[in-house]
Amino acid sequence: MAGVGSACLAIALLTALYAVAASIRGARTGRREWVTSGRRAMYCMAGLCVGAFVILEAAFLRSDFSYRLVAEGSSTDTPTFYKVTAVWATQDGSLLLWATLLSLFATAVLFLTRRSLRDIAPWATAVLGVVAAFFLCLMLGWENPFDTLAVAPQEGAGLNPLLRHPAMMIHPPMLYTGYVGFSIPFAFAIGALITRHTGADWIRATRRFALIAWTFLGAGIMLGALWSYTELGWGGYWAWDPVENASLMPWLVGTAFLHSIMVQEKRGMLKVWNASLICATFVLALLGTFLVRSGILDSIHAFGASTIGVQMLVFIACVIALSAGLIVARLPDLRSEAKLDSLLSREAFFLLNNLVLVGLCLVIMWGTFFPLISEALTGTEASVGPPWFDRLTTPLAIVLVLLTGIGPVLAWRRVTPRSMLRILRAPVTATGFAVVALLAFTDAAKSLPSLLMFSFVAFVLVVVAQEFWRGTRARRVMTGESWPRALARLTGRNRRRYGGFLAHAGIAVLFLGVAASSAFIQQRDVRLSPGDTVKVGDYKVTYERATAKLGGDSGGTGAPISLGAVMRVQRGGESYILRPSRNYYSTTDPSKGVISRFFDGEATSEVDVRWGLRRDFWLAVRPDLVSLEKPIARADRRFADSPGQVQAVVIQALTELYRQDPPPAAFRAIVSPLVTWIWIGGAIAVLGALVAAWPSPEARLRRVRSLYAARLGRELSRA
Amino acid sequence: MDPSRKRKIRLAAALAAAVCLASVLAYTSFSAASEAAKPSELREGHSYEVTGKVVDGSIARAGNELRFRIRDRDGSKSVPVTYTGSVPDPFREGREVIVSGELKRGMFVADRDSLVTKCPSKFTKQEQSS
Amino acid sequence: MEYALALLVLAALVAVVVARPLMRRGDEERLESGRIQELSAAKEAKYREIRDAELDHQMGKLSREDWRSVDRDLRGEAIVILRELDRLEGRQPDGVEGPA
Repeated sequence: MAGVGSACLAIALLTALYAVAASIRGARTGRREWVTSGRRAMYCMAGLCVGAFVILEAAFLRSDFSYRLVAEGSSTDTPTFYKVTAVWATQDGSLLLWATLLSLFATAVLFLTRRSLRDIAPWATAVLGVVAAFFLCLMLGWENPFDTLAVAPQEGAGLNPLLRHPAMMIHPPMLYTGYVGFSIPFAFAIGALITRHTGADWIRATRRFALIAWTFLGAGIMLGALWSYTELGWGGYWAWDPVENASLMPWLVGTAFLHSIMVQEKRGMLKVWNASLICATFVLALLGTFLVRSGILDSIHAFGASTIGVQMLVFIACVIALSAGLIVARLPDLRSEAKLDSLLSREAFFLLNNLVLVGLCLVIMWGTFFPLISEALTGTEASVGPPWFDRLTTPLAIVLVLLTGIGPVLAWRRVTPRSMLRILRAPVTATGFAVVALLAFTDAAKSLPSLLMFSFVAFVLVVVAQEFWRGTRARRVMTGESWPRALARLTGRNRRRYGGFLAHAGIAVLFLGVAASSAFIQQRDVRLSPGDTVKVGDYKVTYERATAKLGGDSGGTGAPISLGAVMRVQRGGESYILRPSRNYYSTTDPSKGVISRFFDGEATSEVDVRWGLRRDFWLAVRPDLVSLEKPIARADRRFADSPGQVQAVVIQALTELYRQDPPPAAFRAIVSPLVTWIWIGGAIAVLGALVAAWPSPEARLRRVRSLYAARLGRELSRA
Repeated sequence: MDPSRKRKIRLAAALAAAVCLASVLAYTSFSAASEAAKPSELREGHSYEVTGKVVDGSIARAGNELRFRIRDRDGSKSVPVTYTGSVPDPFREGREVIVSGELKRGMFVADRDSLVTKCPSKFTKQEQSS
Repeated sequence: MEYALALLVLAALVAVVVARPLMRRGDEERLESGRIQELSAAKEAKYREIRDAELDHQMGKLSREDWRSVDRDLRGEAIVILRELDRLEGRQPDGVEGPA
């Protein structure tokens, strides 16, 4: 079957190239049949990619170790969920996922626009075909997922234990859906530039795709942060690592794009800005895909160049050159249709918000690429750490949250100043009360940035609540409906507006969590023996006893050995138990003894967190195996040739030895206030985005009716 | 104020803000950056971010402290390191690590929580740092 | 062997699918139906803008005079779109079907 899979990819590549050629031919000669043929070729390509993906998944599910990928990334004892998701844990598999998602999205958008955008769609098809062809080329030329091994091993290497966490396995598909989603508006923007149809049509057709991409990318980023918080042993959710930044940058620019296209839709302004933004978003999405798997920042986090780094760099350079060249060449067609009437308008504030978002992106880009910049400018390679990122992004983030609150209050074109003051009275007063309360009842004054952030978050939440309330009240005046019904109808008829407000509220709540958990975190690293107690903030933590479990950890990751601790946490009246542990996976390294193989493989920290709305209590343990070293070495010698069951009994005895008399273990305890609100805020933002993206039924009805009218006209004229 | 003058003022303000941001970026980054180096390039009295491999058999624990030796990726000259703080899960001998700190009297004293370890898988990187 | 066979089969399948439009050359859809869809989308967007402005006025963000002027501009733009739509669909200005 691997041959069939490879063949699928090869034919998919040829099909993509044909789609490019046919679409361009159709666009230039005006012959519709070539355009239709090109579009159908894209549909075929999607089918082929999906077919290849299914074949690969099947190989993983039946643990077919003749496939190099399955042998390297899975094993017979990997739980089924992780077998399925191990496909995209590898370079080759993730490229296939990218290509498959791209072809599916392209199919969707081309099907939806098959009758409209007659001039732009063929060029968009060609662009999407080129991108798909590039990824297929990468696979066929360098990283073929269907490579087979001459001799299939008995057992696979297994999935990296750190990846055995549900969040980490859903994280790549979500990110890729985000990156791929942004390629759709990009392709249509290029088509619009080429054909000089630079009105808002290409925006209207692809706006939903941009919104869906934004949602998935944001959710993917948050899943990555959640994984870092719950799976890694350092207790943080964001480290300003180049890989993390690589996914955040396109999201920031994508957020700016979502706002500024509204300005072009309504006023015909910012055309150059929008074209540049979507090209930048797509380039950053490619960069995000590329940074994870290349050696470009090889002094810091990508040791050793990968095999496709240069090719991706060349491709990205070509995309930048093409986009910039097109925009400059079409500048006359991108002139604004209107001018900015007043600084006190939605347009002006959207522009301001765009500047802040792009500014944030530039700061992050500077810091991420600083090793290369400093090497180029000064000859020595230097890097900046999280403190620098925090220091520079915090003021911009604070301004951003403030703008998030002002934007919803404004109207398009202009706002009457007196009305503005009246509308802002309640939110400003509420914010004032909030500040006073914070200063009086908490120690928020310790950190000025946090105080500002909290105040602005309060401002945003009151503004959004007020918008919903005033809108519902206005509707009730007109229709006399009940409060809940009026609210539902109001949101239903104005999904973009009220979905957007909901998303704003979600983002504000998210920043609340970020500010509180960064500024007021309490952390302690200690070594404890059973019976010891330590104070962390207001909490008293007691190490009651050690635990040892064989064959099946509670997290479902398939770890053979799990050593941990039972900890009692007390504060005032409340008291609960936490059970952090450490999973030990075996290694196939032949240089290790038969018993030490089980203790010297990969190990992961299984953190235990007590979630709470006000604060989280996070606990991780790192058992010290020093007292077991000699017994393990002795066991290696004595039981080197013993059968598996004997070895299992020996290992059980060793872990029992640890449990009964453990040496002091290293613990990290963290009290993070309001961390849970980060996840809650993110979920609210996603919900808001979904509301905004949902197609409204009336528009659909009218579209169907107008299609019938068109068909009637067509048929009448033919008769 | 006529519209074109308004627009020129806005443009000037935007450019001024951009220049401001650029200079803040440049100034803060160059002054806060720590130089990247290989173990063989370390000099006394200067703080670095060292990238290298953990020497086999060199890992030892003394109370809260972790001690190991770090060598160039393709070399053999190694430097002893003492470190306190969180140790990433993938940390073991033979792995590539990055750690920040200063060389003092032949011993590299690492900053707390600055140890980052790369997982051996080709493209999925796991790391921990604070 | 399996690879070559799969290549041939898949290539043939794809060729059949993409060649069909090239065979049926005579069945040209009217160029204008696409333009009609675009204009309809633009009309929907304009209607939404008019409703939004009305909502803004009801919520007190726009004073009566400001709203009147914005509403006038928007309705003018909507009429331009409607005229173009009517022309393409062969409708009378009052929305009745038939030759203009």
